[in-house]
Amino acid sequence: MHALEYAMKKTMYEKIWDSHLVVDEAGQAPLLYVDRHLMHEVTSPQAFEGLKISGRKVRNPHSILATMDHCVPTKNRHLPIADPIAKKQIETMADNCLENGLNLYDMKNPNNGVIHVVVPEHGFVHPGMVVVCGDSHTATHGAFGALAFGIGTSEVEHVMATQTLPQKKSKTMQVVVNGSLSKFASAKDIALAITGKIGTAGGTGYVIEYTGSAIRELTMEGRMTLCNMAIEAGARAGLVAPDEKTYEYLKGREFAPSGDYWDQAVAYWNSLASDEGAEFDTTVVLEGADIAPQVSWGTSPEQVIGVDGVVPSPDSFADEGKRKACESALAYMGLTANTKITDIPVDLVFIGSCTNGRIEDFRIAAEVAKGTKVAPGVTALAVPGSYHVKKQAEDEGLDKIFIDAGWEWRDPGCSMCLAMNGDELTKGQRSASTSNRNFEGRQGKGGRTHLVSPAMAAAAAAAGHFVDIRTL
Amino acid sequence: MEPYLKHDSVAALMDRSNVDTDQIIPKQFLKKVERSGFGIHLFHDWRYNDDGTDNAEFELNKPAFKGARILVAGDNFGCGSSREHAPWAIADYGFNTIISTSYADIFYNNCFKNGILAIRVSQEELEKVMAEISADEGVRFTVDLENQQVITPAGNGFTFEIDPFRKGNLLSGLDDIGLTLKHVDKITAYEVTHKQNFPWLWA
Repeated sequence: MHALEYAMKKTMYEKIWDSHLVVDEAGQAPLLYVDRHLMHEVTSPQAFEGLKISGRKVRNPHSILATMDHCVPTKNRHLPIADPIAKKQIETMADNCLENGLNLYDMKNPNNGVIHVVVPEHGFVHPGMVVVCGDSHTATHGAFGALAFGIGTSEVEHVMATQTLPQKKSKTMQVVVNGSLSKFASAKDIALAITGKIGTAGGTGYVIEYTGSAIRELTMEGRMTLCNMAIEAGARAGLVAPDEKTYEYLKGREFAPSGDYWDQAVAYWNSLASDEGAEFDTTVVLEGADIAPQVSWGTSPEQVIGVDGVVPSPDSFADEGKRKACESALAYMGLTANTKITDIPVDLVFIGSCTNGRIEDFRIAAEVAKGTKVAPGVTALAVPGSYHVKKQAEDEGLDKIFIDAGWEWRDPGCSMCLAMNGDELTKGQRSASTSNRNFEGRQGKGGRTHLVSPAMAAAAAAAGHFVDIRTL
Repeated sequence: MEPYLKHDSVAALMDRSNVDTDQIIPKQFLKKVERSGFGIHLFHDWRYNDDGTDNAEFELNKPAFKGARILVAGDNFGCGSSREHAPWAIADYGFNTIISTSYADIFYNNCFKNGILAIRVSQEELEKVMAEISADEGVRFTVDLENQQVITPAGNGFTFEIDPFRKGNLLSGLDDIGLTLKHVDKITAYEVTHKQNFPWLWA
């Protein structure tokens, strides 16, 4: 191969990067153009305040889609919000969007829900775009082959004012998942297994591209779950090359290209995949068939193991930092080394969040929950990711399955993923949660979180402890 | 933003890895609509007992670390949520410098937007300065950004690397948005081409 030709082979990340460079001059950070800007109530108010103080305007209001999700109650929505500070944040969001002419799906809007669930539902993100949001789980939209990443509030202000961001180019990591997943493993288990393998800092400085047949076989919902947790492995973003599934999903949605534009867009999208032979800075390989349903046992998403395993002992870690981290995690989690994962009891089960709050997640969980009863002493919450997910589930009768099994069927929101809205664990309570983070206090001060897939969560609700769903 | 000046100050030690932004500023404090006043909530769940009194066991509550402007911490500091409330809380508490081997990407960016110098050092350098603080709690380090240097009384100082763009902005206290808007003509030109190439995005 000619050297120049070789040099021109690009990864998908490099193609998107190159096509969005506005300024690339020596002595300053490259400026990247931003196509879509997503917003929620928690990380935006100070950005609007900054904009106002400096007398600047939103450059392209049409690039923004906003929702309210973090602080919103998931029951009794018709009542005023009880928490006065949350209420003010919600009102501030509404005022800011109105003042700047932004598209907002507020709490009572039938399109409302968790930002990373709502945005794909409306076809707002397309392959090849650069997408940002003041939220680390923006990585979700990489499922569409868009470069999507979380930013801070100062950067939210920067994007509003300039439609660009100074960015440092990331390194590229390819994560290959070969073969097929076993019947009981899901995208969530891939995400947790990857984080377990490379650690929460393993992806720092990288953008991950997920490849391999097990990734191709994932539905769009599964790809969103996987990319969503790229940040848990420390990566800036996760990407999956678009294919027929992507186009099938997007076609006909509100903000998807239509008419003559559709074919033009698809032709462009088909050019985005990494070139054959393009080089990644590093590659990690997993075998799909080896991935067991995962359960996190500690206070970091890298502290995770297959459901047929046991809680590890601090002494099993050669690295001193990891040994100490295991020790303090076991103390916080109230666990003893060598306890079988299936012997760990749960007090609360949560299905929802931008990781696992989509229709497919509720279908899978309902299949497991059908005909069961929530174990005595266990509370089980099903919180759809959006009103559309909720309605779809109700049209399919899934709500009945959950309610008959003793679950609470709620309105959409981030809810127990980060426990800002009043849904939370009390001290010492233990959850099986389909969310993305098991940090200390994440679901309530002193609360103990175990991250799992929706099927694993539903099985734990019925049994009152973790269950190897492969044996059901 | 205040320009970052050469200073000497107490260096506080937090010998923990993977300190996440949920610990730096727990979610119950994210509902404010202002940027200020987060300092009293910094590390809330570790720092205060259930009854609201100071937790004497928590390292930053040690009298020797009062008034510290330099925070020395373990690997992968600031992982997790993108909340800029984390660096707001750190800055509002009084820190303007963090020393660690590594930081999560978003947190690292957020620091520089808020006048915080996040210094990356090798494992060996970190262990030495941690040992120096352990042996002499309340010790003061000098941070000289201009010369990319940290000086310690026991001679465990080091030089560090930093992106020249970030360094320049910290030293001058310049506003990023203002800098970007100098390129507004290029942004406009980019948008014209973008509209031609991807008309469906603008339809």
